[in-house]
Amino acid sequence: MIEVRDIRKRFGDTEVLKGISTSFRQGVTSLIIGQSGAGKTVFLKSLVGLHGIDQGEIFYDDRQLGKMNEDEQKALRTEMGMVFQGNALFDSLNIEENVIFALNMFSDMSAAEKKERADFCLERVNLKGVNHRKPAELSGGMKKRVAIARAIALNPKYLFCDEPNSGLDPRTAILIDNLLKEITDEFNITTVINTHDMNSVVEIGEHIIFIKDGAKAWEGGGDEILHTDNKAVTDFVFSSELFRKIREKS
Amino acid sequence: MGVQNYFYFSDMFLIAWIRTLGRYWLMLSRTFRKPENWNEYKKSFFRDLDHLGADSLGIVAVISIFVGAVVTIQTNYNLQDPLIPDYYVALAVRESIILEFSPTIVSLILAGKVGSNIASTLGSMRVSEQIDALEVMGVNPYAYLIMPKVVALVLFNPILIIISMFLGVIGGYLAAYFGIFSTQDFVTGLQLEFNAYYVSYALIKTVVFAFLITSISAFYGFFVKGGAIEVGVNATKAVVSSSVAIIVANYVLTQILLV
Repeated sequence: MIEVRDIRKRFGDTEVLKGISTSFRQGVTSLIIGQSGAGKTVFLKSLVGLHGIDQGEIFYDDRQLGKMNEDEQKALRTEMGMVFQGNALFDSLNIEENVIFALNMFSDMSAAEKKERADFCLERVNLKGVNHRKPAELSGGMKKRVAIARAIALNPKYLFCDEPNSGLDPRTAILIDNLLKEITDEFNITTVINTHDMNSVVEIGEHIIFIKDGAKAWEGGGDEILHTDNKAVTDFVFSSELFRKIREKS
Repeated sequence: MGVQNYFYFSDMFLIAWIRTLGRYWLMLSRTFRKPENWNEYKKSFFRDLDHLGADSLGIVAVISIFVGAVVTIQTNYNLQDPLIPDYYVALAVRESIILEFSPTIVSLILAGKVGSNIASTLGSMRVSEQIDALEVMGVNPYAYLIMPKVVALVLFNPILIIISMFLGVIGGYLAAYFGIFSTQDFVTGLQLEFNAYYVSYALIKTVVFAFLITSISAFYGFFVKGGAIEVGVNATKAVVSSSVAIIVANYVLTQILLV
């Protein structure tokens, strides 16, 4: 479980995070939604420690992020997997090397065991026969799946995804969403996903946090978001014609 | 008002400069840490040795041969005097190549080639979040990305420079052979009053220059903010800053080691 208490973050004169508190439970797919520029990415990067916070506390199963020494932080990082918006695959390495990168760094596995693990992770994301190709040779959806395979290679306890289906066609986006949900259930991971895609919310959202202008404007379950009276949420959720029609029909 | 503005801007410049220097030292302190896995760092080191060192052999060879030849022709032209024996030309060429051309000029050329390569590679990794990905995995990105580059160039640059010295002299010999004066005189001049310390002095400079090229270029690449345009801008800054650093360090080292 990850617990966040009143975190604040400022860039110069602009307060980007304005005292957000929440918690993310194990085995649950949590979604952070909000408009572009609402502070979702800063929130996610603060959560994993890529951005320092100005105020507040972040706990990973009772381990406070800002209070750990370097070794403890490294140990925690090996329990994390992250899928970046632009995939962040290492261009100079092939797909298999990308997937086993963290294993090479931190595990004592033999080469055969690492190869087996890479094959397992790639098969888990429905990719076969791409082990020796370079990231530049793959499509956007395939790269995203490799990024997920890399994120789960070390059996993470916490999985973070920043806009995992941005730039993908609707069908591939749904495949990626479902894959993340399946992995969360299968490996009992604490998964936090940043998105502004309402399809993802409907498809896999179990726990949703709506961020507006750097503050938490709403929090609830996936089935509650379509029926809430919160104006900020309804303005966001029903901004598309499709969702307005769904609301009218229901 | 004008004087106040002058002090305001000079203060701002000074503060920005001190801040940059502080960030550079911080980067170095995070770079030279114990690797998470020696084998992975070793692989990275050999990759960098190939990219940054061995790949520079061609350009260093071509430049050294031709500059050696040109230095010989120009020195011979300027020493046209019946009282000065021809072999003094070779002595002057040897000293020019060992003391200045090979260590300093070749390092300046490498600052352009290697420096822009390092800055743009790291800059691209920064803007495509690959450096963030390393950090999230628990890998120290400073050590993993910068240390092998620094070590590779610090070890390989002296080899490059020795090759450059050798080829520079060969270039001079060829210039003599193709009609300036007797190659016998050239060989005699090369052996005249040879001071081995000059080679040590050149190699010490080379090691320092290699460190400056890699660390300064890495600094500009690692902290890129923005996109492709900023990567290009920072690659240019890396080349300019490491070239200036080489020139200043050359003066300081010459004062310390030769005077």
